Amino acid sequence: MSLPVPSVTGADPVAVGPSGTDEVGVSLGRATWRRLRRTPTAWVGAALIGLFVLVALAAPLLTPYEPASTRWAGEVSTTDVPGPSAEHWLGLDRYGADMATQLLYGARTSLLYGVVSTLIGLLAGAALGALAGGAGAVGGRVGAFVDATIMRVVDVMLAVPSLLLAVSIAAVLGKSGTAIVIAIGAAQVPVFARLLRSSMLAQGRSDYVLAANALGLRRSRIVMSHLLPNSVGPTIVQATLNLATAIIEVAALSYLGLGTPEVASAEWGRMLVAAQERFDEAPRLALLPGIAIAITALGFTLLGEALRESLDPKSRR
Amino acid sequence: MIPPLAPTPTTDEEPLLSVRDLRVRFHSRDHDVVAVDEVSLDVPAGRNVALVGESGSGKSVTSLAVMGLLPRRGVEVTGQVRYRGEDLLTMGERRRESLRGPEIAMVFQDPMTSLNPVVTIGVQLDEVLRRHFDLPRKERRARCADLLAKVGIPDPVRRLKEYPHQLSGGMRQRVLIAIALACEPRLLIADEPTTALDVTIQAQVLDVLAELVADSDAALLLITHDLGVVAGVCDEVNVMYAGRIVESAPRRPLFAAPAHPYTVGLLGSIPRLDTPRGAPLVPIPGSPTHTRPWTEACAFCPRCPRADDTCRSTPPTLEPAGDDRRRRCFHPADAPAPTAAATTEEP
Repeated sequence: MSLPVPSVTGADPVAVGPSGTDEVGVSLGRATWRRLRRTPTAWVGAALIGLFVLVALAAPLLTPYEPASTRWAGEVSTTDVPGPSAEHWLGLDRYGADMATQLLYGARTSLLYGVVSTLIGLLAGAALGALAGGAGAVGGRVGAFVDATIMRVVDVMLAVPSLLLAVSIAAVLGKSGTAIVIAIGAAQVPVFARLLRSSMLAQGRSDYVLAANALGLRRSRIVMSHLLPNSVGPTIVQATLNLATAIIEVAALSYLGLGTPEVASAEWGRMLVAAQERFDEAPRLALLPGIAIAITALGFTLLGEALRESLDPKSRR
Repeated sequence: MIPPLAPTPTTDEEPLLSVRDLRVRFHSRDHDVVAVDEVSLDVPAGRNVALVGESGSGKSVTSLAVMGLLPRRGVEVTGQVRYRGEDLLTMGERRRESLRGPEIAMVFQDPMTSLNPVVTIGVQLDEVLRRHFDLPRKERRARCADLLAKVGIPDPVRRLKEYPHQLSGGMRQRVLIAIALACEPRLLIADEPTTALDVTIQAQVLDVLAELVADSDAALLLITHDLGVVAGVCDEVNVMYAGRIVESAPRRPLFAAPAHPYTVGLLGSIPRLDTPRGAPLVPIPGSPTHTRPWTEACAFCPRCPRADDTCRSTPPTLEPAGDDRRRRCFHPADAPAPTAAATTEEP
């Protein structure tokens, strides 16, 4: 596989090529970074994610109020949820908490749940996938058996609907944020495992792996230094894209009531549930968290797609 | 029966690599293909031996079988491949892995795909040294730079930090040669090491290869379709057609008086300086797919100008013909051509 070096224009000094005067080692990572920087969608995605992370981290600084408080519960009547005012820019929610504060702290919850669950899925899935792929690619007959065994286990995991898995885990662990995170993470394991395994198997048939074999390199070495580095690209992209789905799923699972039992907690999915009953008088109660979820998911999706294109050495940007 | 090989004039001991009756069969669900059959050849220590043939003649499969690199599933390898007295085909995988590198190394055909694209060439050189030698880091580093310099790569220290895509095809092939020679193997198998390169670079790379092989006292098994390449480098030549060796001879007699019509055809299709300008090259008629199974006839007979009914009905065997030569032909070019029978077509 040849890696065409992107044509570099103007001020960028890293012009490379066999005849270039200023040749610096350009790794796949660096070439990807350079392509990524030239992709507008990557910038938009990164900006959205940046905003999301910033809001999540700085929530206490951005609002004077506490989340999930019922301080103004008296102002909420059965017919009216007070709208935007000077004190409460986005109004109150049905439990009498400040809507803006709820949204800001909700970003925190979403980020934490999304990132942790995706990390769980990524680490466990990649470990399984690397073991199966490595064994299958260079392990000979025993390796093929190991590969098949691991993948059948993964198939079983894949056969369980993620929602059902989440419900079962919540049933075992009790309703809590942890249950949601574990459930969403577990549901992602098969995706990462299959993805990494299949790209490692594909790389296992490449000429440089044959060449490495012909040099008598140890199989563990071939896996670590040849197969893995050439196969992680798609998995990383998938992780970025999965962050978006994970955030949506966190909302979905809390919407179904599997999250923390506290009704008024600052969590976007939870807020959607609460908004349902008051949708007629105050549609903003549903719209605002909905928009927040959509924008965040969009940010991760845009960055993920841009990353996928940039990791592809054949794309010329 | 395998015709006995005459002992090499210099030494009487066993050759470094000795292949006997090698047969490689690929089987799939509906049919079997015998890619290599009855292949016997010797590579004496320090000598350069060529295996020549068109694409599809089984040369690369032969080299992969010798290295033990063919996939296990659906492939059946029989015969003997003795390396310094040990049979490579029956030894354990571990033992074979430890031989690859310091004893037998291989240069692959396509320099574009035979290097790992995401790792610097320095690391790729180093990992071979680290696998087979117990050397401190610093010494390995120096040795890597040394190796690159040896294959004619300028500014080797800086090149070590570069990635394969930053090097040209010729450079990459030199790097592959450097990697293969890193452990100073006794036997180097080069599978079409110059086909992916353009002609001017081919000559350079070939020179580097031949020189390094000569310097290190290694033996070379050169696999190629190009008799021109062979003429410059090899002592002995084996010509393969459709999976079997059809002629083997030392270089000089082979080029002076090719015996098998296929060898004659190969030589006739190379442009030469001593033929008049404008004289057309003579191609071998037909294509390599236009063949008969060796079990019932001479596989080359559909394309052979000297073929007669014997050729179309009897499989020829590889016969010794004096002076270390062997040929698989009923009507070799150095014998009088068959008469009228040659024109009768098969029903």
